[in-house]
Amino acid sequence: MIALPDAESLLPRLAEELRARTPRDAAMIGLYTGGAWLAERLHASLGLPTPLGLMDIAFYRDDYHKEGLKHDPKRTRIPFDVEGRDVLLVDDVIYTGRTVRAAMNELFDFGRPRSISLVVLADRGGRQLPICAQHCGATVEIPEGMRLRLKRGDDARLKLELERAA
Amino acid sequence: MQRNPQLNANGELQHLLSIEGLPREILLQILDTAESFVGVTERDIKKVPLLRGKSVFNLFFEPSTRTRTTFEIAAKRLSADVINLNIALSSQSKGESLLDTVANLSAMHADLFVVRHASSGAPFLIARAVKPHEHVINAGDGRHAHPTQGLLDLFTIRHYKKEFGGLTVAVVGDILHSRVARSLIHGLTTLGTPEVRVIGPQTLLPAGVESLGVRVFHDMRDGVQGADVIVMLRLQNERMSGALLPSAQEFFMKYGLTAEKLALAHPQAIVMHPGPMNRGVEIDSSVADGPHSVILPQVTFGIAVRMAVMSIVAGN
Repeated sequence: MIALPDAESLLPRLAEELRARTPRDAAMIGLYTGGAWLAERLHASLGLPTPLGLMDIAFYRDDYHKEGLKHDPKRTRIPFDVEGRDVLLVDDVIYTGRTVRAAMNELFDFGRPRSISLVVLADRGGRQLPICAQHCGATVEIPEGMRLRLKRGDDARLKLELERAA
Repeated sequence: MQRNPQLNANGELQHLLSIEGLPREILLQILDTAESFVGVTERDIKKVPLLRGKSVFNLFFEPSTRTRTTFEIAAKRLSADVINLNIALSSQSKGESLLDTVANLSAMHADLFVVRHASSGAPFLIARAVKPHEHVINAGDGRHAHPTQGLLDLFTIRHYKKEFGGLTVAVVGDILHSRVARSLIHGLTTLGTPEVRVIGPQTLLPAGVESLGVRVFHDMRDGVQGADVIVMLRLQNERMSGALLPSAQEFFMKYGLTAEKLALAHPQAIVMHPGPMNRGVEIDSSVADGPHSVILPQVTFGIAVRMAVMSIVAGN
C-alpha cells in the first residue's frame, strides 16, 4: 500500500507558499478536472482580484492522433487578458509533463504572458519533458501503470486517489 | 446484425453519413464538443492544432457555397490542409467513376473526405470503399441526408432552448425534397423532442411521413400554434415550375412565415432557416431580420459543429 498525502492538509500550506510569492495582479488558470477544483480553492483562499480561468487542453493534446477525442471536452474560459500577465497554472498531479506542455501551447493562443508558474498538489515523478513545478504540495513515488488523481467528494472535500491506468 | 456503417468496432463515430441510426450518446458528444469549439471561434486566434498534418478533401459534386465554405473554415481552424475540388467541372465530366475519383485522391494521402452529391447514398458508397484511416463526412446527398446541417440545427435549438424535452418544433415547407428536414427530424426524435410537426401542402410531404414520428399539418396557422421553434425550409425554384405548386405567391400566402403567423407561436419562439432564403416566398423579410430570427447564428454555430464532427471522426 502506498501512503498518499492528505489533499486537504496540503492545500493551506500550498496557499501560504503562494501568498508569499505571488504578485497581487497575477492570474490563475485551473486545468480540468482535478486542477480546476484545486484552483477554485486556491483562488478563493488567496483572494486574487483577477477572475479564475479554466482550461481543457483536449484540443492541444499530443496523443490525439493515437487516442482521438475520447471525452467531451469542456469549454476553456479565460476571463482576463493573458498579454503581459503573470500566470499561475494549476493542475492536481504532474507526471509526464505533457498536459502542462499542451496547456502552455493553448495559453499562448490567448496572448503572451509575462511569466507562467506551475502549481501542483502532487509530483509523482516520471517526467518525459523538461518541465517542473514551481509550487508543489508533496512528492510521491507512484509505480508506472497506476494513476494518481484528485477526487472531489459530495462534501466538496478533495482527496488524492490511486487507480489502475486504463 | 450488420454493423452501422458509420461506427467502428468500438461503436465510435468513424464516418458521419446520416443522423438516422446514430445513438443519442454520439449526438450529445458532437453537440458538447461543438460547445467547446464555440469558445475557440470566439478567440483572437481561432485555431487549434488538432488536425495538423491531416488533409481534408472537399468533394463537391453539386454546387454549394455556404456548406463548402463552412467546412473549409472548420478544417482550417483545426489546422488541417484543405483541398477544394469542384468535381462537377472536372473528372466526372470526363467520365471517371465516383470510386476512381476517390481512389486517386486517396493515393494523394487524403485523411478526410467531405462529400456532397446529388445522388442519395453516394457518401455511403465512398465510406465502404475508403481505407481504415480515411473518414467520410456527408455534406448533403440527394434527398436523403444533410447530417451536419441537422446537427447545427440541433445545436442552435439547444443553445436557445436549453433542453429538448417539452419543446414543440415545427418544420415548414418542402419536406419532400429536403434532406435538411429528414436529418433534423431524426435528430429531434432521438434527443427526445416530444412534439415535432411538419407543415406543408400534401404535394410537398413524403408519403408516410407520419412514420418518422411527426404530426402533419396542412394549415400553417394550426401548425405553428404555440411552437417553440419554427424551421423554414427553402422552396427550391425548380419545384415551382412543376405540377407540385400553383405559384410562389400562393405558396407565400399559405405557407410563408409572416409576422402575423409568427404571432401564433410561443412568444419566445425562434425562427430558423438553413439558407439560402427566398425572401417573400417562404419567409417574409420582417421575420427573417426580426428579433425571433436566429438564422445568422446558425451559420456561426455551423462552423463549431463541423469542427466537432471532423475532430471526432478523424480521431477514431
